[in-house]
Amino acid sequence: MLRTWLLLRVALRAIARNKMRSALTVLGIIIGVGAVIAMVGIGEGASQMVQSQISSLGDNLITIFPGSHMAGGAHSGAGTRSSLTEQDAAAIGAQVPEITAISPVARAGAQVVYGNQNWATSIEGGDPDYFSIRRWQIESGTGFNESAVRGQAKVAVIGKTIADQLFQGVDPVGQTIRIKKIPFQVIGVLEAKGQNSWGRDQDDVVIVPYTTVLKRLTGTTYLGQILASATSMEALPQATEAITQLLRQRHRIPAGQEDDFTVRTQQDISNVMGSTTKVMRGLLAAIASVSLLVGGIGIMNIMLVSVTERTREIGIRMAVGAKGWHVMMQFLAEAVVLACFGGLLGIALGVGAADIVRKTANWPVLIQPEAVAGSFLVAAVIGIFFGFWPARKASRLDPIEALRYE
Amino acid sequence: MTPVIEVRDLVKVYGRGENAVAALRGLSFQVGRGDMLAIMGASGSGKSTLMNILGCLDRPTSGSYLLDGQDVGRMTRSRLAQLRNERIGFVFQSFNLLPRTSALENVELPLIYSDRFRGSVAPRARAALELVGLSDRAHHVPSELSGGQQQRVAVARALVNEPSLLLADEPTGNLDTATSREIMEVLCRLNDGGMTVVLITHERDIAEYARRVIVLRDGQIVEERVGGRSPVTATAGG
Repeated sequence: MLRTWLLLRVALRAIARNKMRSALTVLGIIIGVGAVIAMVGIGEGASQMVQSQISSLGDNLITIFPGSHMAGGAHSGAGTRSSLTEQDAAAIGAQVPEITAISPVARAGAQVVYGNQNWATSIEGGDPDYFSIRRWQIESGTGFNESAVRGQAKVAVIGKTIADQLFQGVDPVGQTIRIKKIPFQVIGVLEAKGQNSWGRDQDDVVIVPYTTVLKRLTGTTYLGQILASATSMEALPQATEAITQLLRQRHRIPAGQEDDFTVRTQQDISNVMGSTTKVMRGLLAAIASVSLLVGGIGIMNIMLVSVTERTREIGIRMAVGAKGWHVMMQFLAEAVVLACFGGLLGIALGVGAADIVRKTANWPVLIQPEAVAGSFLVAAVIGIFFGFWPARKASRLDPIEALRYE
Repeated sequence: MTPVIEVRDLVKVYGRGENAVAALRGLSFQVGRGDMLAIMGASGSGKSTLMNILGCLDRPTSGSYLLDGQDVGRMTRSRLAQLRNERIGFVFQSFNLLPRTSALENVELPLIYSDRFRGSVAPRARAALELVGLSDRAHHVPSELSGGQQQRVAVARALVNEPSLLLADEPTGNLDTATSREIMEVLCRLNDGGMTVVLITHERDIAEYARRVIVLRDGQIVEERVGGRSPVTATAGG
């Protein structure tokens, strides 16, 4: 029985004898393992970022859109139909137990004017629950209450972008802005949310009571959408089902006919985004794996050279009694030691690269322990796999020929 | 007592059909324990082929070769390797030491592939180096040693496993006359201590160090005679 430490000692010595060559051989594995770790980390960071953005959309958010308007057999886009009313929202709030908060939403686009500044933005009408449903904190001032909604009050809570664009250093709270020539008092400023994952600036918004939008700005009675919060992520499908049933009943839609509204949950969005980022992550890992494979081929190449170079050594070892498998184990050990060396350095490289990306590109890179362990293991297996053939070649040498080799 | 080597009608043919070349054409001889035999012959006489077979590096085409009573002819590669490890010590013309490896580690080499001397590898190797008078060079690599010293390391490596047979293939071929004598004296001293030695050479004066000489020509024994040293007695080597 050949002792393990002896095998390792012989392998290490052979590697140390050709330091430059060993280093270059191992470089392939280093880059491969490093790439897998960094790429998977970057992919994971991206998907985490998307998920956190989705969850920042709201608190177990359910969005109900009106259906598409149909005229002469031609569908218009979703949301064009006037089918959702305040009463629908109130009914859902009262009759669906999984719903903890609900807010009608009415929208209008308008030019907002303050002094000699103006800014085109979207006016979003909601009720006091709107802020909690969308998990939106008010940074300064206050939100509006039920009586403001009932009284169609001309009060506004403005987003960070509006505050920056119109007020430029002046405290907006207490100031008066004009929307479609109607004066609104600014009562609060929202904290910044930044861009959402598809690039829209979420802070470019003015929020007023929805009744104000309906009566004073658009002059309709139909809602743009209804936002609701469910008790939990798990309650979302059940709540969706209950809302659908209730609205079909309220809109008197006969069985077999399609809904005149759409219910979408945060879960749906998160699923779509999740599968997108999963594909991206898979792609990154696949590309990185190719470089691991190339590294493995490099190891095989050098091992073949090494076997040829050391033919005489193999002959000597066989003459003094090394069996085929002793020789095989010796060369396999060398390949595996090389690969594991590369694996360890690759981990360092991957973690280092992730750190640099995190600091310079401001990208949330998450090192996955599975990727670290996995790629190291793959490197070791590559050592065995690509070391096998050269090792077998060595073990099958004829000792007489090998001893005569110059 | 079983002879160390017992060869009967040994034939080795290389190639097949019309290209077949017979390197050995029916040799028979014995080497008793403690004997020292020189095999002489010009190049092409078949002595290298014979040395490969005696060293268990190759198998005969026909005839039998018994090493310590065991028939080598039908053994597997792996079994032959084990036999080389346990029973044979090689000394080659070109020393065949591992380069960039200390004398001590070169001597340890056969022990690494053996189960017999587990746990006493370094002390045994040191003792073998002492026996050839090189204990002060244990940590030198071959390139730091003279030819004679390298060959003495090789001798130490050959006997570290306590083999039944020390097989020396032109051991002085790469050495000057004075160093040759030195190496031959080491081999004779070992033989005096009971080690069976087979010496392959084409030099008449080297062959004279042996107790018996056989001469090969065209794969056959053409002469068999006593060498320069007294033939081994029944008690020698035990």
